[in-house]
Amino acid sequence: MSQEREISVGYVARVEGQGSLEIRVSSGKIDELRLGIFEPPKFFEAFLIGRHCGEVHELTSRICGICPVPHQITALRAVENALGIRVSEQTRDLRKLMNYGSHIQSHILSLYFLAAPDYLGYESLFQMVKEHLKIVKRALKLKKLGNDLVELLGARAIHPTSAVVNGFTKVPEKEDMNLMRRRLLDAKQDACDTVEFFSSLKIPEFVRRSEHVALSTSGEFAINEGLLVSTEGMKIEEDEYRECFKESQVEYSWAKHSQVIGRGSFLVGPLARVNLNFDRLSHDAKKLAGRIGFEVPNFNPFMSHIARALEVVNAIDDCIEIIDRVPLREEDRSYEVRSGIGFAVTEAPRGLLYHSYEIEDDGSVRKADIVTPTAQNARNIENDLRELVPTIADLTDEEATLRCEMLVRAYDPCISCSVHYVNLDRPRT
Amino acid sequence: MGDKLKIAVFKMTGCAGCQMEFLRLEEELPFVLEIVEIEYFVMAKRENLEGPYDVSFVEGSISTPRELEELRGLREQSKIVVAFGDCACHGCVPSILNWIPPDIASKTVYEDFQAIHSKKESYQKICPLHEFVPIDIYLRGCPPHKNMILEVLRSITLGAKPFLRKHPVCVECKLRENVCILTFEKKACMGPVTAAGCGAICPTAYRECEGCYGPMSDANASSLAQQFLEIGLTRNDVIRKFRKYAGITEAFAREADAR
Repeated sequence: MSQEREISVGYVARVEGQGSLEIRVSSGKIDELRLGIFEPPKFFEAFLIGRHCGEVHELTSRICGICPVPHQITALRAVENALGIRVSEQTRDLRKLMNYGSHIQSHILSLYFLAAPDYLGYESLFQMVKEHLKIVKRALKLKKLGNDLVELLGARAIHPTSAVVNGFTKVPEKEDMNLMRRRLLDAKQDACDTVEFFSSLKIPEFVRRSEHVALSTSGEFAINEGLLVSTEGMKIEEDEYRECFKESQVEYSWAKHSQVIGRGSFLVGPLARVNLNFDRLSHDAKKLAGRIGFEVPNFNPFMSHIARALEVVNAIDDCIEIIDRVPLREEDRSYEVRSGIGFAVTEAPRGLLYHSYEIEDDGSVRKADIVTPTAQNARNIENDLRELVPTIADLTDEEATLRCEMLVRAYDPCISCSVHYVNLDRPRT
Repeated sequence: MGDKLKIAVFKMTGCAGCQMEFLRLEEELPFVLEIVEIEYFVMAKRENLEGPYDVSFVEGSISTPRELEELRGLREQSKIVVAFGDCACHGCVPSILNWIPPDIASKTVYEDFQAIHSKKESYQKICPLHEFVPIDIYLRGCPPHKNMILEVLRSITLGAKPFLRKHPVCVECKLRENVCILTFEKKACMGPVTAAGCGAICPTAYRECEGCYGPMSDANASSLAQQFLEIGLTRNDVIRKFRKYAGITEAFAREADAR
């Protein structure tokens, strides 16, 4: 039993970006607990001002190399909302395919590369190649599938280029799409094996009820648009985001902390999505969840891994459905530039992503506002840690440190995303 | 073959996209691990070792004193330093920040910038790596295609100089038998001044190149800028084109309106 303890991780490994973890316990009480972010701020909203609305998605893509696709789609939708553009059903479908591709590659990275080594006793996936080649090959195959799906839609896997305002510069060829359909079908078993594999791991039992927030819409599993709903009864439109959430600055971090106004910290990401949209998962994803005994709502943040794996199965099923219905026609993408304000929320692999833009008559950006999933999760991670630390008092320092890191990794934080932050109006001259 | 190549992957101010491209070596990974030992790669490993390293891939630009210190340290420990991607080579998209007056940013950014700034300094300026340390290999691109990463690993293993293209995107575009979108569709394509390596993916997807691999060798930026004006772009449009991925390079400085 440890009354005094110091957990200090100078540079948290196997997460995206530059973050640290400091926890100090004295006389059995937590004196200090900080998820510090020393990743430098990149001031995106500042330099977006004056840029053209047609290139905003291309620029914001560079906030994050793990989830460039949701940044692009959110920016595109916010700009389209500002300009009063309604995209075609085909564009909606192709964007959903592209975002699913992004979710698959990101989830597989998170599950196998970032999280699994902790559970199997390795320091990295690279070390697992010798003894677990089959698992590693499954991971690489699924990750490649996600990346190739993004590339098929967007011309490039990381920072795609063909998704633009009001559509795609090039619609995939029917043949290539059919080939992708076959690969998705073939990968389905690997995705199911992923669920089974992660449910066979010893996932820590730790429950802390916090508000879970996700997009939701009737008739489909929402990732690119929908209402924001929560486990505490929230139900709002995307343009009401700023009325329900607020950010505050903390001095030890370049990332701001988000809270639901009047309630507190909240969780976004795969676990929130599955908790709030369980009925809309594909038949097979639901069946698998039943088989492994996963019930919703689940408030164990470590179970995010299971939610992630279930989402991969769901993504594959949904992608096949989309491919079967999408006509793949060349479409008119022309649009008129005008002034306006637009908002959009999508689901990045790690959770809600909010963009809003004010556009001038000439199409240039007057104001930009972006809130990323990790900025929203940051305070919830700390609150979870605060409750987790006393429950692991009998572990050695080394074990306790690892357990805390595992909790952080369960959120799959994306630190590059979290520090793009700044709110800046165009200076009036 | 002798000992494995000891490699390290570092991240400075960037988006992790280049590291993600490294991890996009998927089918290739088991073979890559036969010739390299990954000693340092915080995003992918928990046990990260001190140097010396044979090759260090450095993603991102330098925007804090902490990063500068890390860069100098890794330079001393590395036989070969690779500027890994656009941010490291020439600032990329975040370098647009260099045109925003720092006082405006520092006063309006965050409610109380000083409260954080006093603890964690930021230059509020994006600097490519070569401003501080000698660079051995430049891997251009946002991100550099994974085949270029393989080319670097392969050539170093063989003791050869990596073959990295400096000709324009146009060469690759012709090889793909595309019709020139600048000439025939009057689209503002940056291909004629942009280094190749991507496979001309944008013109192949019927859209103009935006220049994400940075300037080719001997790029004639002013001629292309003139052509852009002739096909109907405004002066502002032209500045935005050149002030995007490599506005702070000498090759694009004039067209990006660097003063």
